[in-house]
Amino acid sequence: MNTNSSNPAKVAPSKLLFFVVVFIAAALLILFIPLPQTASTPTDRTIRIEASRFQFVPGEIHVNPGDKVTVELISQDVVHGLSLDNYDFNLRAEPGQTVTGTFIANQSGVFRFRCSFACGNLHPFMIGKLTVGSNHLLLRGIVLAGLAAVGGFVSMRFGALRLSQGVQ
Amino acid sequence: MTRFDLTRFPKVNAVLRNRWPQFLLRAITLAGFTFTILAGLFGSAVGSHNFAIIFVWIAWWSALKLFFIPFGGRSWCSICPIPMAGEWLQRGGILEPGKKKVGLGKRWPRFLRGNWLQAFGFLMIGLFSAVTLTSAKITAIVLLAIILLSLLLSLIFERRAFCNYLCPIGGFTGLYAQAGPVEVRVKEAEVCAAHSEKLCYDACPWGQYPLALKSSANCGLCMECLRVCPKDNIAVNLRPWGSDLQADTRHNLSEAFLGLVMLASALVDSAIFSGPWGNLKMAAYNIGSRDWFLFAGIFLVAALILLPGFYALCVSWASKLGEKRRTLQKALAHYSQALVPLGLMAWIAFTISFAFVKFAYVLPVIADPLGWGWNLIGLQSKAGVGQSSAFSLILQVIVLAAGLFWTTRVTRRISESNRQSLPLILFSSAFTLGMLWLLIG
Repeated sequence: MNTNSSNPAKVAPSKLLFFVVVFIAAALLILFIPLPQTASTPTDRTIRIEASRFQFVPGEIHVNPGDKVTVELISQDVVHGLSLDNYDFNLRAEPGQTVTGTFIANQSGVFRFRCSFACGNLHPFMIGKLTVGSNHLLLRGIVLAGLAAVGGFVSMRFGALRLSQGVQ
Repeated sequence: MTRFDLTRFPKVNAVLRNRWPQFLLRAITLAGFTFTILAGLFGSAVGSHNFAIIFVWIAWWSALKLFFIPFGGRSWCSICPIPMAGEWLQRGGILEPGKKKVGLGKRWPRFLRGNWLQAFGFLMIGLFSAVTLTSAKITAIVLLAIILLSLLLSLIFERRAFCNYLCPIGGFTGLYAQAGPVEVRVKEAEVCAAHSEKLCYDACPWGQYPLALKSSANCGLCMECLRVCPKDNIAVNLRPWGSDLQADTRHNLSEAFLGLVMLASALVDSAIFSGPWGNLKMAAYNIGSRDWFLFAGIFLVAALILLPGFYALCVSWASKLGEKRRTLQKALAHYSQALVPLGLMAWIAFTISFAFVKFAYVLPVIADPLGWGWNLIGLQSKAGVGQSSAFSLILQVIVLAAGLFWTTRVTRRISESNRQSLPLILFSSAFTLGMLWLLIG
């Protein structure tokens, strides 16, 4: 059995168009279809984060959507900051001091928080992770990867789709 | 349309044949390279305030992965300043080849050929990346060492020995240039075959003979063959992406090793630079400490045993599902093509996660390249924090999925049947999920 498809059989353009449209529609659906969040009662949370060169402890935090989150940032060595992606939330702690700030976790997903005050060579990579609710984007990514693998297979039936095909 | 020869346009042809445009670009990159070394040696010790760190590891490294390789293959190599001095000496002239050539012109030892040393160099970059990518002085010293080594090798060996066999970035660009949309090839094979003078081969700093070129991995797009061909038989083609990745193209074991090292490095760099694990960052940064040795051990085991072992297992399984009998070594080399789009797209996704946030550092170092408090262009002199937006996260997901789509197609194309391609698609899927988890999880 040799079904090498370097010379794929000619396929009607309408079938190719159908494949492309279905594939793109499925990909868009996977990426953007609204997904329900698990229901949870918003609560008040206080999270103590210790910052030292070049890490936050804890580095990973999980809260529920709608939670009122109070962050206590304490710097263990030099001046550190904490800036949360996609949230207008910024703290700056002098060495040995604790500063607090509060925000409402009203956006779901995974957000990095970063040191916002130059603290040394690894400062640009001093990063922590806040997860609000479920990480739907990771789930979408996994399903999209499945679609990509299947789509890659199916697309080999279409000779005209030459995204990665060198034809002499 | 499968190939589009750019030399058909007289103006493009004239620009490509003329040595001046390329020379001017290389002069600019050489000036930038020299300034980068000076900034690294004498500028601020704080990496994020130093031109050397921001321009090498954020601006240039990102441009290489997002622009040069995906749209130009090895186009960066055609303007890279590192081999310039050695090349001038070798050919006895700065712009044109002269009569008084310098160098011993020895052949590179056969046992050191292939991509092994480049892969080893890339492994070293990974092992020391937390320091090299953040210390301006170390970056400057590494660049200085590279340029001196390149010069020394060009005085001992013929052609671009450093670029061909040692440069880790050359290994990176060469591997992924196979997926790129640019190639240099002959127009008519018969014309070359009938021409006894091999001026193109003699002129090629890379030691390539255009008639024999089947892959763009080792062609640096320097255009010397185009300039010296008296038969006007060299084409500079735009081609479909991934054209070198075919069922009948030949690949060797060192390419597989290089491809696997690149995959392992993409995983490790994503974990160190985009992950929330402070202990890992500190372990990678504190070279010589017990934690660093632990990190190095895990990295090397992952890069040299676990990932290659998983790959070998999948290749061995795939071989058993086909009719064509190949040794494991040949099968490992053959399927290494699948690692090319997989790795290229993974590096692009990592770069999006990394560079989009860190671009906030670029403008301030233009205003104050040495971190001495200048404000040369009147712009902000303080770096913003940078954020990863929802758009950049979705883009990373799309790029990784596109990489798996592309890899699946390449794997299927180089396999005898659907069934035979499944083990390698399993390998690629597992890697893609790992990258997704590191970047999006």
